[in-house]
Amino acid sequence: MTNALKITVPEGLPFIDFEREFDFPVAEVFRAHKEPELVVQWLGPRRLKMDIDHYDFRTGGSYRYTHTGPDGVPYGFNGVFHTVRENDFAIQTFEFDGYPDVVSIEFLTFEDLGGGRTRLKAHAVYPSMEARDGMAQSGMEDGVAEGYERLEEVLTGAKV
Amino acid sequence: MGYLVDERDDGMLDAAFLALADPVRRRIISRLSRGPATVNDLAEPFAITKQAVSKHIQVLEQAQLVTRTRDAQRRPVHLNPARLEALTAWIDQYRLVREGQFRSLDAVLQFNAAARGTQAKDSS
Repeated sequence: MTNALKITVPEGLPFIDFEREFDFPVAEVFRAHKEPELVVQWLGPRRLKMDIDHYDFRTGGSYRYTHTGPDGVPYGFNGVFHTVRENDFAIQTFEFDGYPDVVSIEFLTFEDLGGGRTRLKAHAVYPSMEARDGMAQSGMEDGVAEGYERLEEVLTGAKV
Repeated sequence: MGYLVDERDDGMLDAAFLALADPVRRRIISRLSRGPATVNDLAEPFAITKQAVSKHIQVLEQAQLVTRTRDAQRRPVHLNPARLEALTAWIDQYRLVREGQFRSLDAVLQFNAAARGTQAKDSS
């Protein structure tokens, strides 16, 4: 059983909130957000190839990466890491090249639940309702969920 | 991604959201959620002409949020619940993607824990 994902999409406010627990220590969950070679393994939709240009997860750092579809067209994303506190908290911005200037801000909280468990909470703020609904849609790749499940199988199988 | 979404769906969503971006039309939808009604019924609570209400209904009809039967002169207006549901579907899509992402993160964490030879708690 995977841990449940709780998503709140309030009416009339351009926010998206979600939280998810992990059966792993907070330092590990944080590390999976910090190290580009780990980020590339889970952040990108599998159907699209993810290439990281740079990904500097520290206060004042920035990132840029692309997702490339089967048609070879790259979609670029970029942002800055406004605040990063080890094993605790991060504020980052997010911008899709296709919608320049429509920047969202994401507040990420890494909460140590004890017993080697972690709760990840995110509060995303969009510049308008249209941006929220549009950006939320920008996560809509079909078959993506299936792809991730496959990756999970591969990695779990490699565990032994 | 949004840019990969079927453009026809996008057009339908645009039309539906646009149709609902009006307080009179939202009240008409709200009234119809309790059951079908004629244009006369629907016009009653509003201080606008029946023609204006007819126009609003036409917009809702074009967005496929309501349908009208050819029931003689009465032509009652019905809600089209399927279309209303489609409006919220993007939220479910968003959820699917996020869930996939986090399952993937689980797998990465699992793999790392195993690689270090530590005893990760079984998440299954």
